[in-house]
Amino acid sequence: MSADANDGLSRRGFLAISAATLGGVMLAPGIRLIEIAGARAPEQAASKQVRWGLLIDTNKCATGCDDCVKACATENGIRDTGHPRTDPQWIRKVELKDMRSGRTHSVPVMCQHCEHPPCVDVCPTGASFKRADGIVLVDRHTCIGCRYCMMACPYKARSIVFQEVTDQNPDVPRGKGCVEGCTLCVHRIDHDRQPACVEACAKAGHNAMTFGNLNDPQSEIAQRVAKYASTQIRADLKLNPGVRYQGL
Amino acid sequence: MESSGIAALAGRIARAICVLALLLPVFALASDRVPKPVINIDKPGRCVEDTETMRREHPDMLRHQRDQTMREGIRTRAHSLKGCVECHASAKTGSVLGEQGFCQSCHAYASVTLDCFGCHASKPKLVSGAKP
Amino acid sequence: MAESILYRELAGPSHRYWGLLALLGVPVALGAVAYFYIEHHGHIVTGMDNQIVWGMPHVFAVFLIVAATGALNLALAASVFGKTAYQPLAPLSALVSLALLVGGLAVLMLDLGRSDRMIVAITRLNSQSIFALRVILYDGFMASVGVYLWFLLERRMNRYIKPAAIMAFVWQLLLITGTGLEFGFNIGREVYDSVLYAPMFIAFSSAYGTAVFVLILFAVCGWEVRPVSDGLLRRLKNLLGIFVGASLFFAVLFLSSKYELARSRDVAQFLLVDGGVYTALIWLGQLAIGGVVPLALLLRAQVTRTGVAAACTLVVLGGLAQMYVTLIGGQAYPQILFPGMVESSSFFDGEIHPYTPSVPEVLLGLGGVGLAATIVAVALRALALLPERLDRLAGPQA
Repeated sequence: MSADANDGLSRRGFLAISAATLGGVMLAPGIRLIEIAGARAPEQAASKQVRWGLLIDTNKCATGCDDCVKACATENGIRDTGHPRTDPQWIRKVELKDMRSGRTHSVPVMCQHCEHPPCVDVCPTGASFKRADGIVLVDRHTCIGCRYCMMACPYKARSIVFQEVTDQNPDVPRGKGCVEGCTLCVHRIDHDRQPACVEACAKAGHNAMTFGNLNDPQSEIAQRVAKYASTQIRADLKLNPGVRYQGL
Repeated sequence: MESSGIAALAGRIARAICVLALLLPVFALASDRVPKPVINIDKPGRCVEDTETMRREHPDMLRHQRDQTMREGIRTRAHSLKGCVECHASAKTGSVLGEQGFCQSCHAYASVTLDCFGCHASKPKLVSGAKP
Repeated sequence: MAESILYRELAGPSHRYWGLLALLGVPVALGAVAYFYIEHHGHIVTGMDNQIVWGMPHVFAVFLIVAATGALNLALAASVFGKTAYQPLAPLSALVSLALLVGGLAVLMLDLGRSDRMIVAITRLNSQSIFALRVILYDGFMASVGVYLWFLLERRMNRYIKPAAIMAFVWQLLLITGTGLEFGFNIGREVYDSVLYAPMFIAFSSAYGTAVFVLILFAVCGWEVRPVSDGLLRRLKNLLGIFVGASLFFAVLFLSSKYELARSRDVAQFLLVDGGVYTALIWLGQLAIGGVVPLALLLRAQVTRTGVAAACTLVVLGGLAQMYVTLIGGQAYPQILFPGMVESSSFFDGEIHPYTPSVPEVLLGLGGVGLAATIVAVALRALALLPERLDRLAGPQA
């Protein structure tokens, strides 16, 4: 009853502890939810709550640097057969020069993982599809190789496999006659890792690429997108890609 | 007049062919023509299901699993093709294909096309401990 | 009431007919060989690459499919719009339409990267895809034309000809509009991206289909003597003239509107001025050989079989040129990812993509043409699809 702090719990102390406990109890479910969004258990399906995205700061992309391209090829088992016109390219560096100002950029371009993908619209068998968490993929079990999606994609994101493929990466099945493109390293992100290109860019110290959940306001990518100006390629087409660029 | 003669002859030939066709199963007794499948279990331990279930159900299991993995991102290891390959790859060749390969020898015997390994790796991943 | 028309199958000695089939079998066989070659080795053996993904097979296939929809026009003119002068041609018109479509679809299916999954292509349709609709359009068109043809041939069903023809007309319109919009709704490529493709392809299909039909008609009437009246010839000539005129109109409208609009000025410049082979094919092939010259031939007052046949051949050649420009030219011009910037990359962004047709592709395309011709030849021998004489008009002038 006395307000003597040395006697044990004072009223203020009790209120403080209660408030802290109440706050903790209220916050805890929130913290657990974020945990779940960040680390999906293998038997859980991908969720609409998540929208994976990439943010690329082209100010940090140097002409001639192709760490992301090389990492993608290594990760996905894409081999250079010396025929660039028919070899698949999931990511490439596009060198740009502004016709009016003369300013140059070097931009990595891959499948933009649109919210309204034209490739999904045109696929006759539904092999080209958008996963619940926004990644646009090709289901090679159903792909008939009609190349319609390649005609429809405004970003020239896809390639068709012209020859037999051997020694695939077991995480990345790919084969002759099917169409393919950047998967945002879905086999990695499903196990809480980063796409190979992002990892390679960070490892080399350029830090031009950020990957994360655009729907999570706490994520680095969402905070950056909210803070700094970023654009989408051909935003006028209103496809709302998940890949955004700074410095263009 | 001649056409009815030809028709009758054609009819007789067709009947003969039908009768002979009924005798075709006798070829099944020619056991040396197709090698019996070689089932080498190089890795110790049990399969994810018992043998009879696997023999009967593995096409459906794989088909169901592939849709779950591909479309929904469910990556449980139990029925994954990667899991099968890891265990059943031959110790000698490192692959489930080849003349004595676990998948291929049965499929060759049963004369069922193996479409999987046009895209899927027939050898397990070599890097140890990298896959979660 | 005019005397009843006697329809008859192709007559003549067997060896002459089998000789014809053997001749038609040559492109079909070569097409089959080409297919197995491409299927076994992969598309690496063709001239296609990741920049030009649809090659010569598609040029032939889309031409056949567009002509197929238009070839039905004469039958519909008779059965839906009451132009009884064309009534005797209706069964052949329906057959040619079906045969051309089957030939075109065969080429499309055989050019798939995974042609072993043909069954998947037909049965597993993406319900969200407006373009999976095309499979339904093909099936619906074939079914409705098949039913219409059956009603034409089966005396007991003759009274249902008009409703069947109306159904076929609806499917025809849907199919050709869908074919045009396949390109027209493609927002990612500068040569496409225009709703004008829909009416333009309707005009093209009428012209190409009628031209192919008339050539087949002349071939049959030349195989054995089946006289064709000058009156019918004049009608066909005038009809084809209208279709060619319409095609020319839409082509000019399309090209000039691309040029006029600032955002598409660059691609119009490419097509009309510095596109090399594409420019030549547009001016010389599509507009001159396929448009102005046949139109001049068809607008002449005098009617001759040679004149009409020549015009039809030119229209077909012009049509192939147009399909080449649409399909290959549409892919050769690079996609613009960054407007206002000069692009270059290891994936050939920002450059005109070269393409050389390869032998297997051309053989596959010709195989489809051969298949369509074979179907026509077999059907004409088995069924009485064309009257013995086309020099007596049935019923009042329409």
